[in-house]
Amino acid sequence: MSEDRHINFQLMRDRIIAAQRDSAASEADPVAAAPGKTYWRSLEEWADAPEFRELVQREFPQQAEEWDDPVERRTFLKLMGASLALAGLSGCVYQPPEKIVPYIKQPEEEAAGRALFFATAVTLGGVATPVLARSNEGRPTKIEGNPDHPNNKNSQVGDRGSSATDIFAQASILSLYDPDRSQTPIFRDDARPWTTFIGDMRTALNGADGKSGLRARQGAGLRFLTETITSPTLAAQIKGILAEFPQAKWHQYEPVNHDNARAGALLAFGQPVNTIYDFSKAERILSLDADFLSALPGNLRYARDFAARRRVTEGRKEMSRLYVIETTPTTTGASADHRWSIKPAALEGTVRLLASQLGSLPAVSANDPSAPSHTWVTQVGKDLQEHRGASVVIAGNEAPPVVHALAHAMNEALGNVGKTVFYTDPIEANPVDQTQSLRELVQDIDAGRVELLVILGGNPTYNTPADLKLDQNRLFKINLRVHHGQYKDETAELCHWHIPATHYLEAWSDTRSYDGTASITQPLIEPLYESKSEHELLAVFSDQYDKKAYEIIRDYWRGAQTANETIRVYSRGEQPAGSNRPEAAGKSVPAALAGEPNAQKPGAAAVASPAIQSSPQPSSPPMDFESWWHKCVHDGFVPNTEMPAQTVSLKTDLASQISTTAQAPPPNTLELVFRADPTIYDGRFANNGWLQELPKPLTKVTWDNAALVSRNTAKKLALGSSPAVKGRETYVDTIKITNQGRSLNDVPVFIMPGQPDDVITVHLGYGRTRAGRVGNGHGFNAYELRSADSPWLAMGVQVTKAGAQHELATTQLHFNMEDYDFSHEDRDILRIKTLKEYLEDKPEKHEAHEPGPDETLYNPEEDDYKNQGPNALNYAWGMAIDLNSCIGCNACTIACQSENNIPIVGKQEVTRSREMHWIRVDAYFKGGPENPAGPYFQPVPCMHCENAPCEPVCPVHATVHSAEGLNDMVYNRCVGTKYCSNNCPYKVRRFNFFLYQDWEQPTYQLMRNPEVSVRSRGVMEKCTYCVQRIQSAKIHSEIEGRPVRDGEIVTACQSVCPTEAIVFGNINDPNSKVSKIKAEKRNYGLLAELNTRPRTTYLSALRNPNSEIGE
Amino acid sequence: MADEHRSDAPHHTTVPVIDPGLTFASVTDKISSIVLKRKTPLAWFIGFAISFILFQLMLLAITNLVFVGIGLWGVNIPVAWGIDILNFVWWIGIGHAGTLISAILLLLRQRWRTSINRFAEAMTLFAVAQAGMYPIFHLGRPWLAYWLFPYPNTMGVWPQFRSPLMWDVFAVSTYATVSAMFWFVGLIPDFATLRDRAQSKTFQIIYGWFAMGWRGSARHWHRYEMAYLLLAGLATPLVLSVHTIVSFDFAAGIMPGWHATIFPPYFVAGAIYAGFAMVLFLTIPLRKFYGLEGFITMRHVHNMAKVMLATGLIVGYGYVVEAFFGWYSGNRFERYMIWNRMHGPYAIYYWALILCNIITPQFLWIKKVRSNLLLLWLISIVVSIGMWLERFVIVVTSLHRDFLPSSWGMYQPTQWDWAMFVGTLGFFFSLLFLFIRFLPMISIFEMRTILPEAEVEE
Repeated sequence: MSEDRHINFQLMRDRIIAAQRDSAASEADPVAAAPGKTYWRSLEEWADAPEFRELVQREFPQQAEEWDDPVERRTFLKLMGASLALAGLSGCVYQPPEKIVPYIKQPEEEAAGRALFFATAVTLGGVATPVLARSNEGRPTKIEGNPDHPNNKNSQVGDRGSSATDIFAQASILSLYDPDRSQTPIFRDDARPWTTFIGDMRTALNGADGKSGLRARQGAGLRFLTETITSPTLAAQIKGILAEFPQAKWHQYEPVNHDNARAGALLAFGQPVNTIYDFSKAERILSLDADFLSALPGNLRYARDFAARRRVTEGRKEMSRLYVIETTPTTTGASADHRWSIKPAALEGTVRLLASQLGSLPAVSANDPSAPSHTWVTQVGKDLQEHRGASVVIAGNEAPPVVHALAHAMNEALGNVGKTVFYTDPIEANPVDQTQSLRELVQDIDAGRVELLVILGGNPTYNTPADLKLDQNRLFKINLRVHHGQYKDETAELCHWHIPATHYLEAWSDTRSYDGTASITQPLIEPLYESKSEHELLAVFSDQYDKKAYEIIRDYWRGAQTANETIRVYSRGEQPAGSNRPEAAGKSVPAALAGEPNAQKPGAAAVASPAIQSSPQPSSPPMDFESWWHKCVHDGFVPNTEMPAQTVSLKTDLASQISTTAQAPPPNTLELVFRADPTIYDGRFANNGWLQELPKPLTKVTWDNAALVSRNTAKKLALGSSPAVKGRETYVDTIKITNQGRSLNDVPVFIMPGQPDDVITVHLGYGRTRAGRVGNGHGFNAYELRSADSPWLAMGVQVTKAGAQHELATTQLHFNMEDYDFSHEDRDILRIKTLKEYLEDKPEKHEAHEPGPDETLYNPEEDDYKNQGPNALNYAWGMAIDLNSCIGCNACTIACQSENNIPIVGKQEVTRSREMHWIRVDAYFKGGPENPAGPYFQPVPCMHCENAPCEPVCPVHATVHSAEGLNDMVYNRCVGTKYCSNNCPYKVRRFNFFLYQDWEQPTYQLMRNPEVSVRSRGVMEKCTYCVQRIQSAKIHSEIEGRPVRDGEIVTACQSVCPTEAIVFGNINDPNSKVSKIKAEKRNYGLLAELNTRPRTTYLSALRNPNSEIGE
Repeated sequence: MADEHRSDAPHHTTVPVIDPGLTFASVTDKISSIVLKRKTPLAWFIGFAISFILFQLMLLAITNLVFVGIGLWGVNIPVAWGIDILNFVWWIGIGHAGTLISAILLLLRQRWRTSINRFAEAMTLFAVAQAGMYPIFHLGRPWLAYWLFPYPNTMGVWPQFRSPLMWDVFAVSTYATVSAMFWFVGLIPDFATLRDRAQSKTFQIIYGWFAMGWRGSARHWHRYEMAYLLLAGLATPLVLSVHTIVSFDFAAGIMPGWHATIFPPYFVAGAIYAGFAMVLFLTIPLRKFYGLEGFITMRHVHNMAKVMLATGLIVGYGYVVEAFFGWYSGNRFERYMIWNRMHGPYAIYYWALILCNIITPQFLWIKKVRSNLLLLWLISIVVSIGMWLERFVIVVTSLHRDFLPSSWGMYQPTQWDWAMFVGTLGFFFSLLFLFIRFLPMISIFEMRTILPEAEVEE
């Protein structure tokens, strides 16, 4: 018996060694390796071999003696690993056999069951969000903000730093594991190896005979089209290629770009600048169509500073004041103290009026037709002037260049420059007018001057303006087209080659945040598919076509660091990398350079890396490269790379230059405003189910875009004045929009309070046809109406009623706190008052809605979850949400979804009110339906009521109270009567009506948080206050023999909140932050009159209106 | 026998409860012949076939539901109970008439009950069977329904005794058990009659088995009378308790529209109202079809109509009080709930309910209406629909707009909801058809006790 086994192992070992020799031989000659003849086929043969089958069938303990022999053990494990891989993956992944062997030496810090955090960065639109990615046993499972990054830290001592991210960073985890990602290089619909692509490109460059290629013509006909590039290495690579091929050209185009801001800076200063604001010092803020709380680069920092300046807790009694002038409602406008919605055509005139009042422009003559007669403009100007040097005038990226120039001039006049407004060099490696760049490319294509187009990221076939569309007609004029992207999208369909792009969690790269601070993007996982990073793709066009991304990045930074003592000089992409690139010695270091067991632990980073507190100053002696590099990768940023503030001066002839450009808005025409979609951005996230199902902040529409119009406009177009409710679905009217001869039919209409009359807002990003299984066929493609000359606004569009009805999936049907047909009195749900009312301590009108006396037959001492006896740890968990800080950004919803393995349900189920989000952000308007204010936002997680109405009605004890006051849900015990949901006054419980979780998809299995149960069909679920995080902190504290510290437990929603509106902690501890906040006068319990005694309480919202401006 | 002038001209104040022309022998002959001798009419086959097909639809609906999930129904958040719970309450309500007639009227010595009690009890039992399915299959995981029973288990977990759903389990299962026993005990002497008269060996054995050796001795009769009386005593409080407890499912909740103290009496009255409507709805055609006018006389019809009128008035009072309290409470949620019922998206259901349940029964004040069988039959249909609407209003409109407007929603039953409902109707009628074919639908021996012949001895 034992003899047989020994022979079996001998046979198997011989076989493996032979196979390894084979694969080594084929690797040495990659071109000879025909497609399809892969390692996996031979593995399958192994799996079928009788020796192997016998081995697998045998019981494990019988093999125990083989474990003594290291060779046998390795073989055994390798085969076990191989058979697992065969069972799980689709078989198109080349996975080197070395990687399958488990740890012989345990990697540093790695312990099964303990999550590690790695610093990296998410880039969107060229701007990085620094993040810490959580890794569970080598699988990235959750994104948190990087609190150590300078963007997230305040200068004061002891600042924990913000761990906020936006929704896109949170949802990027789902994109990584998206099964619809393209998985292999494709040439004309056939899978080809990467090496074939390299060969094909070399042939194109060098010609079949080595002479006739593009190189011979200095690259004439070679074009690169990228999105906005801030990566220093990538820019250096492109510049290296351009140096080698002087006739080649680099174009940049992204549909959501900063062209207007750039043009405005050119107008004002004669040079492009990057503008950075400091809202922590801003007393008065004037936003000119700028959604700086959720859309501008740096919005996370801005939102944090903005909220901090308006936080009226713990003795602070001052608030900044925000004026918003906008052409379409935004979340920033919803947070404003004064908000005016005006037609886009009137924006410039209004700004002009303001500018002249502030002395930036000569006074506007009274008969100037463009001058609007707003009385409030005087008051706003006066208020701003009273806060010289402590105000901010900010213009949105969509505002015309003149508005930007005037904003710069007003900031100058108000003395804000250098105090709250800073100018730096652009963070883009090569700032260009992207529309112009695209136009040049299109001209070259039309003229037949393009032979090889490399589309590096982006989806131009889908998202270019209608008059510069890179459609089939244009692209087919190019001999060879290469597309690099994560999906086989509309553009990939029209290209010869499609190379799958790596996700940022799969590849090394670098990037810059809004102020220029560079981050090394570090991967957490090997690419799931045969993807290549953009660095590797570009290397194909250099002389080192097989260089790995890690080496490219590292060599760039080595060059930058060793060439000079300070990094700063070389970090602007001026270094021509590739010229003196030393060959990398040694292998790639593992991604796990260092990790923190708990990123939330204050000072943990400092313990793990003592060098962090003493970042090298330009004067300090340079560290050796290895330690410097390790520190940069570990910390998630390269120190001292932020762009230094510059002094720029306004052009003296600014006033004369822009005085004549204003036109009177054409009367009685409709204006069409384009905006990036709040959840799926420009369409790139169309296949991300979390983002598709995330309710849009203002409309709560999911899975669709709609034309937003005001109630008056809807009446004018003879459309229904409110969404028609038919049964459970919401049907709305549709319209046909025509702009410059191009028209879109069957566009659903959504009546948006606060929308200016005669203005229609449409969001980009929908109407995808090749997004993937999730994103195809939702909404309409607004790019069809967009023109290059005026990408954000179309004047004089024609609209007719289309007659059809469209079904919109909204998660909230009622936006008023009372049904206006019944009563005009608000329900006491979302309390709002002015700062003045609050400070004057006006008697509460809400007294009737406070909880009554606690009348109970039980002993109130015993029945109180807060008193737990002398030997208990005395934790009572509670949460406070400051509605004054909430900006409705929805990040909490996505963070919760990611942390708690919450499934998506699809559009059809959302129309049936079955969405699963554990925390939702309710939006309410105040005032009559004609001209309501708001919306005001209210995040609603489970209230964890001490007298929870859900608990006594459950017949099987599936929802019970913990001693620490948590309302626990026992999934295994739940039989699904749904009575608890019926009896929940807050309706925060969610039910698995079907098997919503995808239990089959192997990549989703990798994605899930292992600490949270994956719920099955037929059970109720709801917010747990992230009980897994509570337990984890309690275990840690017990090991260390101390109680849980305040702030040690951070729930997922709290962690991600950019404005720190959510505070969680122990309410039995009078010194905890949550106790102090709950002690505020503004604190109230939602529906407290029901005597539910909610543990989640709210702080009423405050507004700080200017008393001199009437309503 | 059934004289035409009697049924058509009920102006006589004391219409007899049985045709005075009947004798012991003719009563037995007439009733048992339906089961034993008469040729099964074609209409029976057609009716049974239709019912049975619908019953198959129910099986299909349940199978699909168990395999796919209750998302097939229209329920959602906030309306997590839809027409599933509505139908449960509706069926339970229908099941009330039987026991009321059998037990309470027996204890009150209402002799007229004898003609209809057997049939009403059967109807009760079959209706409770339909009702019992809903609480099981409305669960997200119906295969775990046994967790609602307090059985000793290794998990050491008991059900939550504070939950009204838990009380439902006891109330409904007790009611079903006692009703079944009551019905069966009442059938024993008739089983013996059928055994004695059955013409085939098979039926003799089957009926004989159910007759449990009944020989009709005085001792048997003595024990029987005692048992029947005791069971009647047991069943009587159940009539009140079952629907009281069903109403607690709502009254114990905190939703506006549910949280009302009027619910127990108002639900019980509603149940009797619905039950009598259903008895009338079934009796009128049956009596005609099988020529039972001699047994179920116009006196019965009148009495049932009067019970309907009385309970209908109680139910109407309930609606008025509910609306009054909604206003008088001063609670904005309650006030809005009432306003929403009357003006909201489901207002048409509310007004249809008022029409069906308050306006329509007022015609029963008129004697001519009570004497017109067709009108009565139509009224009984309207009331049955009205009671269905009442539960819709209570379950759905209370839930669809509660405290936070952000979570307000709409509810619409899907085709699977309807399949289940129509299927339970099919199941119910299938059982009824089998009952009238194989069992004496009128109690033979009790009918004999109310004959003039029997009175002589008293």
